[in-house]
Amino acid sequence: MDNTNRPLSPHIGVYRWLITSTLSILHRATGLALSVSTLLLAAWLLGAATGAGAYQAVIGFIVSPVGLLILVGASYAFFFHLANGIRHLFWDAGMGFEMEQARASGWSVVAVSILATLILWALVIASGS
Amino acid sequence: MTIKTPMARALGLGSAKSGTEHWWMQRVTAVALVPLSLWFLVALLGLEGFEQAAVTAWIAQPVTAVLLLLLVGALVYHSFLGTQVVIEDYTGGATRVVTLVVIRFVHVAVAVAAVFAILKIAFGTAP
Repeated sequence: MDNTNRPLSPHIGVYRWLITSTLSILHRATGLALSVSTLLLAAWLLGAATGAGAYQAVIGFIVSPVGLLILVGASYAFFFHLANGIRHLFWDAGMGFEMEQARASGWSVVAVSILATLILWALVIASGS
Repeated sequence: MTIKTPMARALGLGSAKSGTEHWWMQRVTAVALVPLSLWFLVALLGLEGFEQAAVTAWIAQPVTAVLLLLLVGALVYHSFLGTQVVIEDYTGGATRVVTLVVIRFVHVAVAVAAVFAILKIAFGTAP
């Protein structure tokens, strides 16, 4: 059992910042956030099927400051995971593997997800609900 | 030592079994979710307010109900596969086993609850 001198993999702190690795871990984070948000979708559907009291309770939570914060966060997570997911599907098809392409598609994901979130909430505010 | 041929070992062991299915279904559900989730978002934006009556009337339309069922199915399946990979990457031992079972229970419960709610509204038995 005298193998404590085995080489260890480098700690995360030694790596320099890269757009590709940042988006990779953000894909996981947004995926988990969306998994949690699915609970809200189920609660909304179940509330609508249960009755006026239950439905008002769900809507009341959604329009509360915490609920709105979750909704805005979930909308950004959705657009990010959607755009970056499409980027992953292109990789699965064997396209876009050159470093220059991967960096460019990565920054496009950042731009598209921020822009789409802003447009969505501009539409929501414009509709007055 | 083994007297098995390399082919016999390959057929009996290793990632060539259910690993591919997991990876593949994650992609299939991802492709399905692109149109389904965008439809859901656009449909929500087009709703005439979020009063219960308006929402249940929308869900009760056959096209809405079917698309919502497809969305919930693909979404929960995709979510389970993704969460499973994260748990397998970052946990081990008893924690991993317990978390995987809990996550499976939660996903099945969410899917059943959502599907039941959609069907109840769609078949017109909602209050």
